[in-house]
Amino acid sequence: MTGNKKIYRKLFSSTFQLSACTFGGGFVIIPLMRKKFVEELHWIEEEEMMDFTAIAQSSPGAIAVNASILVGYHVAGAAGALVTVLGTVLPPLLIISVISFFYRAFRDNALVNMAMTGMLAGVAAVICDVVLSMGKELLKKKRVLWAVILLASFGAVYFLQVNIILIILVCGAVGALDTLRQERRGGKGHEIS
Amino acid sequence: MRYLELFFSFFQIGLFSIGGGYAAMPLIQHQAVDLHAWLTMTQFADIMTIAEMTPGPIAINSATFVGIQVAGIPGALVATLGCILPSCGIVLTLAWLYACYQSLTLVQGVLAGLRPAVVAMIASAGISLICLSFFGERKPPADISGINGISVLLFGAGLVALRRWKISPIWVMAGAGVAGVALYSVF
Repeated sequence: MTGNKKIYRKLFSSTFQLSACTFGGGFVIIPLMRKKFVEELHWIEEEEMMDFTAIAQSSPGAIAVNASILVGYHVAGAAGALVTVLGTVLPPLLIISVISFFYRAFRDNALVNMAMTGMLAGVAAVICDVVLSMGKELLKKKRVLWAVILLASFGAVYFLQVNIILIILVCGAVGALDTLRQERRGGKGHEIS
Repeated sequence: MRYLELFFSFFQIGLFSIGGGYAAMPLIQHQAVDLHAWLTMTQFADIMTIAEMTPGPIAINSATFVGIQVAGIPGALVATLGCILPSCGIVLTLAWLYACYQSLTLVQGVLAGLRPAVVAMIASAGISLICLSFFGERKPPADISGINGISVLLFGAGLVALRRWKISPIWVMAGAGVAGVALYSVF
């Protein structure tokens, strides 16, 4: 029981801290969660984190909330999910509640703006770091198909602004077809990660 | 009655915003500005700016803000609850399905196909953020003379700290904020 309590407390404090630092949109929390839960705590596998990202991205609602539900459920079931949602929602709730009373002063404050501009550069560095780590991990598998999907979906998202749901559907279908093809071949000489 | 309206409006925003904050923006505008006149357009623009400047999902930030404007702190709680309830139901179901069927070969195949796409999407978001940080806009401008030198410096230092010295991202971001105040005050 005390072990459980410890896990809940760790889940709450981790998501609370991460949520308090997620500037610049939902995708920022994914790298932070990956650092915390994959690299630091080893509660989640690298590939599971990527799966969670895909699910969080293609479900309705805020990505940060969705990802924290998936992480919480994975670690400690429905109760875990409740704890992580609370940890994720509380920081913005508290911060905005306070700021809403003097938000014009906050918005126009020079010091706040300096800190935010600085933090934006820091956030960009964090995302860049995670993309490099994730990309390296992926290309280590030495499968041409993954590299093709990576480049094609990057082009589709970044240059063509294709709807992300559509990309997820297509890539999932490609993955499924690839598996079926390998199985039909008698399943020799391949591994499914 | 106001609580119910708040709850239901943000429930819809939570339910129909697929793909994160920028998908939620027009929905929030529709509900809070056009439909209910809870916010003026200026207030809406203000809250979007604040949401960009403060941590947390844009939908939660605006739910809290609108809730307080309409019905104080209880309003903020009701709106936020409405906003996250659809996610909780849908994603919890998906989490359960994932736990059940994660090991099926076909599901493995689908997920394996998604992983490179996920990296690509994060990379795309990362590049937009780098542009925003260096040039103040999400797309790389034709003329790069307006580049923000301090941001480039902080970005480079942050990347070295993360990759070479394995410093925790939270410290890198906090450090960049403090360094930003120091550097921008001087230059």
